Amino acid sequence: MRLKAVGDRAVLAELGDSISESINRKVMELNEKVRSTSREGILETVPAFASLLVYYDPLVIDFDEVSQFLINICKTSGESKKETGTLVRIPVCYGGIHGKDLSFVAEHSGLKEEEVIEIHSGRDYRIYMLGFLPGFPYLGGMDERIITPRLSLPRTKIPAGSVGIGGEQTGIYPMESPGGWQLIGRTPLRLFDPQMGEKGRYQAGDSIRFVPISQKEFDEISQTPEMRW
Amino acid sequence: MGLEMIQPGALSTIQDLGREGYQSQGFQKSGACDKYSMKLSNLLAGNFDENCKEAVVEFTLRGGEIRFTSPEVFSLTGADMRPLLNGEPIPMYAPVCAQEGDVLTLSLAPTGLRTYLAVHGGISVPAVMGSRSTNLKCRLGGFKGRALKQGDCLPTGKTTEQVKVFVEIVKGREDKFALGEDKSFLRRPSTPSRYYGLHGYVLLRVVEGPQAEAFTEEGLKTFLRNPYQLSMSCDRMACKLEGPLIGLKEGADIISDGIVEGSIQISASGLPMVMMADHQATGGYAKIGTVISTDIPSLAQLRPGEWVTFQFITPKEAVGIYRKEDKKLKDFRKRLMDVMDE
Repeated sequence: MRLKAVGDRAVLAELGDSISESINRKVMELNEKVRSTSREGILETVPAFASLLVYYDPLVIDFDEVSQFLINICKTSGESKKETGTLVRIPVCYGGIHGKDLSFVAEHSGLKEEEVIEIHSGRDYRIYMLGFLPGFPYLGGMDERIITPRLSLPRTKIPAGSVGIGGEQTGIYPMESPGGWQLIGRTPLRLFDPQMGEKGRYQAGDSIRFVPISQKEFDEISQTPEMRW
Repeated sequence: MGLEMIQPGALSTIQDLGREGYQSQGFQKSGACDKYSMKLSNLLAGNFDENCKEAVVEFTLRGGEIRFTSPEVFSLTGADMRPLLNGEPIPMYAPVCAQEGDVLTLSLAPTGLRTYLAVHGGISVPAVMGSRSTNLKCRLGGFKGRALKQGDCLPTGKTTEQVKVFVEIVKGREDKFALGEDKSFLRRPSTPSRYYGLHGYVLLRVVEGPQAEAFTEEGLKTFLRNPYQLSMSCDRMACKLEGPLIGLKEGADIISDGIVEGSIQISASGLPMVMMADHQATGGYAKIGTVISTDIPSLAQLRPGEWVTFQFITPKEAVGIYRKEDKKLKDFRKRLMDVMDE
């Protein structure tokens, strides 16, 4: 673990220098330990692919003390519960008006649209981190067969819930935003409702499984987009 | 009761100290850009909470016109927008009493960029996820998640009866805050500290890292030995700077990690951008250093075309400076409370 000062109010704990599930697991483990150990002056953590950013209150604690704290809790390994994260199922209506680029992805991959759907929904994706937008998951582990380059001209408006492919990554736009990914479908669930003041449906360390649904099911779920599914 | 925006100004938003605890979900922290001035405005309006966390209005460049729809005690800090109350000049950095129907006019600031208006009791829009700060990008918090518009009515946190009690206290002590020559011991010591470096430009002190090793020796020297100018793209998210290019060993891209207010990302072109209050929670560019919290207010008051220089200090020094600055605020709070108690 490499500890680096980030100004006067955060420490960056680097646990590796590549994107891999094992390094990301270590990040989540450390995050869990920091969050479950109440230490005055530790305010907030931001887990990423290979690092954990730990915010502190400089009136209470300083860089050296936070570093020592992190080193100490790392030693208290073993007993921490082996959290593997939860599996979150996300219903997706593929193709048609919800996934305008599905045909392009199929063509690019030399597959039928149904095969793309089968491949995309056929495995679980680890959430390495959230960022870019609230609730935007950086997912790992997409099947190489459906890798498709981003649009050369990004769209200015992508509807909330859109599921896309950008190069070797796949993900969901949790809120309306511009973006350059190939859109293959859309979930009718409301993923993040800031006004509710609640945690989102998923966090870094969880996994996502996309479950194909019909237009009829899409319409039904749209009636109660806040439902647990 | 509260404040009615007759003319909302160039960019006016409600801000407090920001939304804590949601960056792991990808939410920006937001909050006032110049937190020192924001805290001071709270103290001067009689919001004596130790954290000075009540919501205020942040005006940018030009403030506009506000009508008080109930009696209020308010204060203005930050950039001097030549405030007028019913056409009469009123002081910055002082508590001011307004009666129902009074109109506050804030003009184009001749220098500086952001002005803070605090009212006794705070602006009491509903808190969203623990904060009243406006997050413009996500359209949440503040007043309906957006910048203020003509006709918006902002509620305040105290009843008219409570405000009237405080008005009486302030009224008896107005000479201590009077406009004119600097006779008030309460005014001057309260402005934020600002330091000057190379060529007399505003100095931003920086803690090196977390990716300083991504830069060449020459690149680090370039960064420290040259002034940088604020470009036209400076907003609540980031200040993009122009100047000599900073050399990177390999490339600007890193595996994305968490970033903070003050993080200095160097883009692929080699130019620095300093993250401000509305910055994203994570970023994928190498960071040469982090502007210390104490110097962010200085940067938040600079405009496009103005210059800054950088200097490295240690994390320990940075924390020490922050604690000193905080003590200055706490001392000021104490003096203010003593005056109000007399």
